Amino acid sequence: MLNPLFYLQAIYLALSQIWANKLRSILTTLGIIFGVWAVTTVVAAISGVTTMVLAEFESLGGSKMFIFPDRPDDAPRNKYPWEMIRLKPEELVALATHCPSVIGITPQTTFGASIQHGERQRDGVSVTGIWPDWHDIERRTTLIGRPFAGIDEDNARQVCLVNEAAISELGLDTDPTGEHILINTRRFLVIGVVENKQESIFDRDTTGTEVFIPFATAVKLQSPEFFFMITMKLKGPEVVEEAKAEAKFVLRQARKLGPDDPNTFEIFAADEFIEGIQKVAGIMTVGGACVVAVSLLVGGIGIMNIMLVSVSERTREIGLRKAVGATPAAVLMQFLLEAVTLCIAGGLIGIAAGEATSFALSVIPGIGLSQAAVPWWAIVMSFSFCAVIGVVFGMFPAIKAARLDPIEALRHE
Amino acid sequence: MIIRTRQLRKVYRVGVERIHALRGIDLEIEANEFVAIMGSSGSGKSTLMNIIGCLDRPTAGTYELDGRDTSRISVNELALARNQRVGFVFQSFELLPRMSALHNVELPLIYAKGRWRDRRRKAKAALERVGLGDRMTHRPSQLSGGQKQRVAIARAILNNPAVLLADEPTGNLDSGTTREIMQLFEQLHDDGQTILVVTHEPDVASHCNRIIVLADGLIASDSGTANGHGAARAEQARA
Repeated sequence: MLNPLFYLQAIYLALSQIWANKLRSILTTLGIIFGVWAVTTVVAAISGVTTMVLAEFESLGGSKMFIFPDRPDDAPRNKYPWEMIRLKPEELVALATHCPSVIGITPQTTFGASIQHGERQRDGVSVTGIWPDWHDIERRTTLIGRPFAGIDEDNARQVCLVNEAAISELGLDTDPTGEHILINTRRFLVIGVVENKQESIFDRDTTGTEVFIPFATAVKLQSPEFFFMITMKLKGPEVVEEAKAEAKFVLRQARKLGPDDPNTFEIFAADEFIEGIQKVAGIMTVGGACVVAVSLLVGGIGIMNIMLVSVSERTREIGLRKAVGATPAAVLMQFLLEAVTLCIAGGLIGIAAGEATSFALSVIPGIGLSQAAVPWWAIVMSFSFCAVIGVVFGMFPAIKAARLDPIEALRHE
Repeated sequence: MIIRTRQLRKVYRVGVERIHALRGIDLEIEANEFVAIMGSSGSGKSTLMNIIGCLDRPTAGTYELDGRDTSRISVNELALARNQRVGFVFQSFELLPRMSALHNVELPLIYAKGRWRDRRRKAKAALERVGLGDRMTHRPSQLSGGQKQRVAIARAILNNPAVLLADEPTGNLDSGTTREIMQLFEQLHDDGQTILVVTHEPDVASHCNRIIVLADGLIASDSGTANGHGAARAEQARA
């Protein structure tokens, strides 16, 4: 409706107005600046954490599945005694044989034991019974010696693997293969050394002493009702649902559960963790956005206030513009554009500050935010939100300006 | 006929009181007249000026500007009429302080439809007509009072208006500058421009060819359209 020159001039005028009242403009837009700064920084931090966590899962092998014994919710303890819900070695075998989506499976049962090597004795050392697939599933290969093989398991041999930390802790040779250690007074042959645990966000302490023995051997060392969990590696992330269904079917079959009986176990896929994390990140983002929305509203009121001042200061200018042919709509548009320009300028400063802050966060070591970056959608969102704030809060002053009577306005002192 | 009013009336309501600012003005102004409108304050000259300038609408009666009835049109049409057919010059110049002389002159074109491609050329031509070809990039604060009023006049004549309305155009100027500005008006008049000047200074009115005196919302005297010497008319006004 108006010619393009009008818009150009309105924006130019708005900018020169801001420039002429530098201090006032900055103070006015401070609310917007801080609001946008806060939102971009918070979103950058959250997305940094999420990115890192997800990357971690991927490096752990995104398509893993875990099975735990689990008492059905709200069920009385006496109805589902431990013996009924605990995983049993024959169920493990059934799972290993009847789940086509699974390419690797290992039980894990961990207990504390006292370890002796020569004069040295350590109590409460973590001893874990595993299957040979464990090396592949947990990505922990042997540095020295050999990994577990089927024969160790089949014969329940008294052999063990130790981690790097165990070498110094137990006073073993740097190449300990061939040495013997006592686990709860039984003599075990050390066949190899595995890497220490990889550092992850779930496991900061990776220096603990660990000893691994074949699962079948571990069964013999523990009470008949011992606990173990099962970790499985799937063909890929796309078969998670199938794998779950297969495992569920096999276990329910093995436990002879009727159609109405609840599961007495729990199957957990790593994907669910990822979904959970994304959910949490989403909730945090929404929560942050609400807080920021409030601060932007406050900022918007500041904008409205200063626009009202601007309208009354420039009453004569408005009168003149009307005298040379500005329609009410043109005056309205001019003041709206001015409010929007002010808000967007504030938004740009806020985004720049947010970028700077998230860069600073990403280079500070040790706070786990190395992936912090402002995502593009946050920039787009802040930007459009600022424009909306400008329109909403600029509307009232602009209407006031548009309604001014040119005669009165020109007489205004 | 550039301006023709018939029984023009304007009533203001202030609270419950009614103020009759104009009480039946019949006025005809031909093309290329140079008219002074005089009168004491409260005589209705500002109200008449506002209606002629399309800033306001009459309560009753008709007003034709440049052959078109303007007394009953909408706010937006009034704005368009001000943009296209009227040029304003004010006592206090009303230039926008942060814009150069050229941009100030261009201002009406911003609100005009379509024809903005040759705006720069038009604005320059207008500034040259008022003798400010060498001050285009100056801001109002860098110009003298007389120069500011010249910029304002350039802005007013930009769209070749049917009528140039000047409201006390020399009220803020010294006598030397007043003479220069009035000479500029005479020059524009010689070029064919119709000009209406509202003033209470007989010296200013003496430059005009016709003097209309208002009193109490009515025309008290009108020196008529006959061509005569301006100075003689001014004597009449003084008397």
